[in-house]
Amino acid sequence: MSAFFEMGGYAAFVWPAYGLSLALIGALVWRSFAGLAAARRALRDLDAGRGAEAP
Amino acid sequence: MSDVASRLTTRFANPAQFLSVAEKAAPWLWGAALATLAIGLVLAFRAPPDYQQGMSVKIMYVHVPAAWLAMMCYSVMAGASAIGFIFRHPLADVAAKSAAPIGAVFTALALVTGSLWGKPMWGAYWVWDARLTSMLVLLFLYLGYIALWAAIEEPVRAGRAAGILAIAGFVNVPIIKFSVDWWNTLHQPASVFRMDGPAIAPSLLWPLLVMGIGYTLLFVALLLVRMQTEILERRARRLRLEAVDRSGGEGLL
Repeated sequence: MSAFFEMGGYAAFVWPAYGLSLALIGALVWRSFAGLAAARRALRDLDAGRGAEAP
Repeated sequence: MSDVASRLTTRFANPAQFLSVAEKAAPWLWGAALATLAIGLVLAFRAPPDYQQGMSVKIMYVHVPAAWLAMMCYSVMAGASAIGFIFRHPLADVAAKSAAPIGAVFTALALVTGSLWGKPMWGAYWVWDARLTSMLVLLFLYLGYIALWAAIEEPVRAGRAAGILAIAGFVNVPIIKFSVDWWNTLHQPASVFRMDGPAIAPSLLWPLLVMGIGYTLLFVALLLVRMQTEILERRARRLRLEAVDRSGGEGLL
């Protein structure tokens, strides 16, 4: 098992490459969904405000 | 345009229709992307080490798909911009704008993981050769494109200005692809998409292709989420402008 983590002596290069890929893609996915949720919320608030304004 | 073609374009041009299709497709796309990436990772770590590069070749499975997607994403962005100019398709600018941040992330990842692979193999994190430099230029094109959208308030004008940058910058994509043939470089030449077939052992190639499909599915899934967001934001913007119109500009200043 430890041989797996040593990556033939390249652990210091292989694991940061995978870690950064996961971190950056994860952040992109998270921010994309957060943006969608915020846009939905803003539109709902606007619709609610417009409904109240109408006679 | 024939009747069928025009009906098809209006159908997919309708943002409301697009939203409902995107919402239905989302769970399947995300499921397929995650499953493909999981299988790809298992295959990648079970693949044998390279006879020259040893286990450092594991970096290939995150480096190469990121670089493929960096270029594919730019092609989608430039293509969508061109469609926006020619057909005035209402979703074209939305697609182009939504693709940019995804492409920027994949480009940054290709550069960083390549740097981490370069150090043990070439002895340097960075060299100013054609492949690496043209890839860095691609990152700057993405950043410039995103900045242009942010700098212009009105979406139609912003889309037009950013679209010109995207189309003009497309010249960089073939330069990246062929940089390894046109100039002397430390970067290895193409070994997968070549005229006479892949030059990479099948045991290393298959996991790479699965990872490539996984990254592509991830790109499409992310693109749909960001396009939905953009459509909703534009709708909200219109509603706000209408509200200002009704109030006769009251509270505007």
